[in-house]
Amino acid sequence: MNQTTSLARGPFAAGTDTPAWRVTAGRWGQFLMGRVLPPLIVIGALLALWEVLCSRPGAALPSPSQALRDTWELIADPFYDNGGNDVGMAWQILASLQRVAYGYSLAVVAGVSLGVLVGQSTWALRGLDPLFQVLRTVPPLAWLPISLAGFQDGNPSAIFVIFITAVWPIIINTSVGIRNIPEDYRNVARVIRLNGVEYFWKIMLPAAAPYIFSGLRIGVGLSWLAIVAAEMLIGGVGIGFFIWDAWNSSLISDIILALVCVGMVGFLLDRMVAWVGNRITRGTSAG
Amino acid sequence: MTKAFLDISHVDMSFTRNGVTNPVLRDINLSVESGEYISLIGHSGCGKSTVLNIVAGLLQATSGGVIVDGREVNAPGPDRALVFQNHSLLPWLTVYQNVEIAVDKIFRHGKTAAERREWILHNLEMVSMSHALDRLPSEISGGMKQRVGIARALAMEPKVLLLDEPFGALDALTRAHLQDEVMRIQSELRNTVMMITHDVDEAVLLSDRIVMMTNGPSATIGQILDIELPRPRDRLALADDPRYNHYRHEVLSFLYEKQRKVEDIGARRASVAAPQAQRA
Repeated sequence: MNQTTSLARGPFAAGTDTPAWRVTAGRWGQFLMGRVLPPLIVIGALLALWEVLCSRPGAALPSPSQALRDTWELIADPFYDNGGNDVGMAWQILASLQRVAYGYSLAVVAGVSLGVLVGQSTWALRGLDPLFQVLRTVPPLAWLPISLAGFQDGNPSAIFVIFITAVWPIIINTSVGIRNIPEDYRNVARVIRLNGVEYFWKIMLPAAAPYIFSGLRIGVGLSWLAIVAAEMLIGGVGIGFFIWDAWNSSLISDIILALVCVGMVGFLLDRMVAWVGNRITRGTSAG
Repeated sequence: MTKAFLDISHVDMSFTRNGVTNPVLRDINLSVESGEYISLIGHSGCGKSTVLNIVAGLLQATSGGVIVDGREVNAPGPDRALVFQNHSLLPWLTVYQNVEIAVDKIFRHGKTAAERREWILHNLEMVSMSHALDRLPSEISGGMKQRVGIARALAMEPKVLLLDEPFGALDALTRAHLQDEVMRIQSELRNTVMMITHDVDEAVLLSDRIVMMTNGPSATIGQILDIELPRPRDRLALADDPRYNHYRHEVLSFLYEKQRKVEDIGARRASVAAPQAQRA
């Protein structure tokens, strides 16, 4: 009798007297203890240290509690719109994200296409690689004046800076991925006589996908880095100019809030690309 | 003389690298009848894979040619389906999709979608892989991957099935099991098969003829041995069969007496010397 009841509790509890819910709760407890608690403790300790250091009178930077009090209006209503540059944090970030979306999308299309070209053709590699190697070392902001001269307008210039920043790692990783496609996959394609288009979609892209996605991930991080810097110079709505504007108005607390937001959005962008990559390349990296 | 189904005639092959020409194969001549099971055996580096790749069309012979069913080979194609040593499944496709990619391409016009699906399932059934249709290659064992590789090749309805050391990467038990299955499938389908191996037992057990190759450079066919053992063959019964042991002995003496590999001694010396060098 006793045995049947313990079997009915399912595999979790087999052989023990622990009910299943308690096992599940225990796992959650382990997760909290192992994954959530350590960062919370470290962040808490750092905030406390900051609070102590910046609470004394005459400190150059506001303490975290001071910053929170100063910026509470911004945090409480991220979607206000008073016209001009005076809009909520959410609008500032969305404006920046929109520029990144344009520039990054262009970089993905151009980067993957050029990467495939360079990966496929030795001639193209020899012709283009020196150019890539030189241009990719140009810092993002160094492109801004020349693109302002070319586009005569701030917004397309910022988008161009995003594009030119993100495109190099995408090109280089894609071409390495294409070059590393195992000879066997090519042979399989040759035996079943896939034509060029079929080979591209069915073999080349999936085989190179892990490399392409690591390029895309580096690219999205770089474009987020570049947009903040570019926006500081071009002005208008956007998180970069928000920071510059706050500095000019000596609103240090606003700067701190903006930095936290920039960091979190960058983290989310990175995770998003990584997540999409994992979904698409399931199993590809494992032989 | 009747016209052979697969005819390799006067094939020479040399690779040129950095201006230095290395002769690999010299004057390979071989005629294979339809439904015959041929093994190519030889020491590693003797160019047996090169022969197979030339028949597959993946390599072009320097001179000479290959004719399959009256047509000259000059490019790869599904009529000479290849089973690769390391299975070469596409890791992002499931077991089913790995066969599907070949079947959908080859029978796009020949079969309806329903017929293609049935044909894929039939071929996976033949290698006993019906239970794992939706698994990815990374989720199945090495023996299972090789089965799927065989199913993919069989699904192309090849005129000649080319096997490049198909069991080389498998453990002994899995290998024996898969050899038995290949024999069973071969007795059902009567395919013409050309297999590369360096396993003497495997060659004797599976083949109608064993083609023994001399050592490179300029390797060629040294001897051809007819295996006149009745089919179906049973590995346990054959183990005590004097004819089986005679064939085995023939191949072994070719490989280890007539074509003894000189490099091996040098390699052994090097491997003995290496630890001493490390110590020094």
